[in-house]
Amino acid sequence: MSVTLKALTRSIWVFHVSAGSCNNCDIEILDLLTPRFDAERFGIQLIGSIRHADAILITGAMNKKSVPRVKKLYEQAPKPCVVIAVGTCALSQHMFRDSYNVEETLDKILPVDLYIPGCPPKPEAMIDGIVKLVTKLRQGT
Amino acid sequence: MIRTLFTYIVFPGFLFSAVVGLLAGWIDRKVTARIHWRVGPPWHQNFTDILKLLGKETIVPPGRKVTFLGAPYIGLLGAVCVAGMVGRVLFTGQDGFAGDLIVILYLLTLPAISLIIGASASRNPLASIGGSREIKLVLAYELPFIISVVAISLKTQGTLQLSHLLGFQGEAGSHIASISGILAFCVALLCMQAKLGFVPFDASEAEQEIMGGVLIEYSGLPLAIFKLTKAILLATLPLLLTVLFLGKDTSPLFVVLKFVGIITLFVLIKNTNPRVRIDQSIRFFWGPMTVVALAALGLAIVGL
Repeated sequence: MSVTLKALTRSIWVFHVSAGSCNNCDIEILDLLTPRFDAERFGIQLIGSIRHADAILITGAMNKKSVPRVKKLYEQAPKPCVVIAVGTCALSQHMFRDSYNVEETLDKILPVDLYIPGCPPKPEAMIDGIVKLVTKLRQGT
Repeated sequence: MIRTLFTYIVFPGFLFSAVVGLLAGWIDRKVTARIHWRVGPPWHQNFTDILKLLGKETIVPPGRKVTFLGAPYIGLLGAVCVAGMVGRVLFTGQDGFAGDLIVILYLLTLPAISLIIGASASRNPLASIGGSREIKLVLAYELPFIISVVAISLKTQGTLQLSHLLGFQGEAGSHIASISGILAFCVALLCMQAKLGFVPFDASEAEQEIMGGVLIEYSGLPLAIFKLTKAILLATLPLLLTVLFLGKDTSPLFVVLKFVGIITLFVLIKNTNPRVRIDQSIRFFWGPMTVVALAALGLAIVGL
């Protein structure tokens, strides 16, 4: 695998998108950055601009308002860029499955690389998911 | 000719100062992490970040392509020139030229100007907010910084050459040992904090507020160059402060100790202060800081 891709797995800058979530997943994501779990040990940083992103972290059921915006955000991100779906809503719409406002799951809209289930997922589960993704990236190419 | 090129490109110019700056950036992140009671990133984290950015796609927003892509190099050029000029006086004992202090003051504004040009060329509203804040910040901190440098120059019989500053302090003792020297050092330290875009004065890059501000549209190689420029400045500005204020003993051990000490001061100021609004930082630099710098100037004229 190339050196730059290997560097990517050690320095993942995360852009956080809340596409209509109830905020619980977002709170757990912020927990991941607090001193207890300290994701910066692995070079994982939360950044503000989508142009700097290596991973897009998406929470929440995709409602009609947020789907075009999520698509636009993915187009604006520099590649290679992975998409991570966090929480049961983003994975399978959860309790919003029959909602008038929610049509498709996230993986119908974007190529999702990593699913982290849970309502909300624990920070440990997210770390586990990221480790699996990094292993997959290192072996896959 | 080859020696000059070597000075600016390898040691102590681009390569050396980039490596030292990225390591200093790691010290910054590690100390910050320890203050937060975290573990912090490994020592090679900043190198990994730069390497990763080289492999990313570079997206150019519609508009001024040449200006957008060229702007980072202007800042890098300025920072590398300053690194070479300060480093060769401090490390290799070369003489420099008459008036290189003035040239350095000019070159040090180039990174800020390149940020402003790049932000304006990106046509992003948040970037333009960041750019306008950067302009105001440059206008704010240049005044007290230049006054404090003039005070130091007056204390050294009006010389404007780095090697003379070093030579004078080597015989008469560091400038920081006098009252006017301490005042000027405090002013210059805070101005350097603003020049580096560290926390109390990082309104132009506010991550949480305007999403990276001036850097918002940059990705891939140009972003890596901006990060490198910042790293080189982080390596160079403490050395410049060492030459200006702490020039008594320039043996390698003492230079490293002074360098780490000044970096630690930067990091402590960064971690114990919240971000100030841009109008607050202008008021701070044109108010108290300018008064303190003028006091240092007055004391330097009297000879204290």
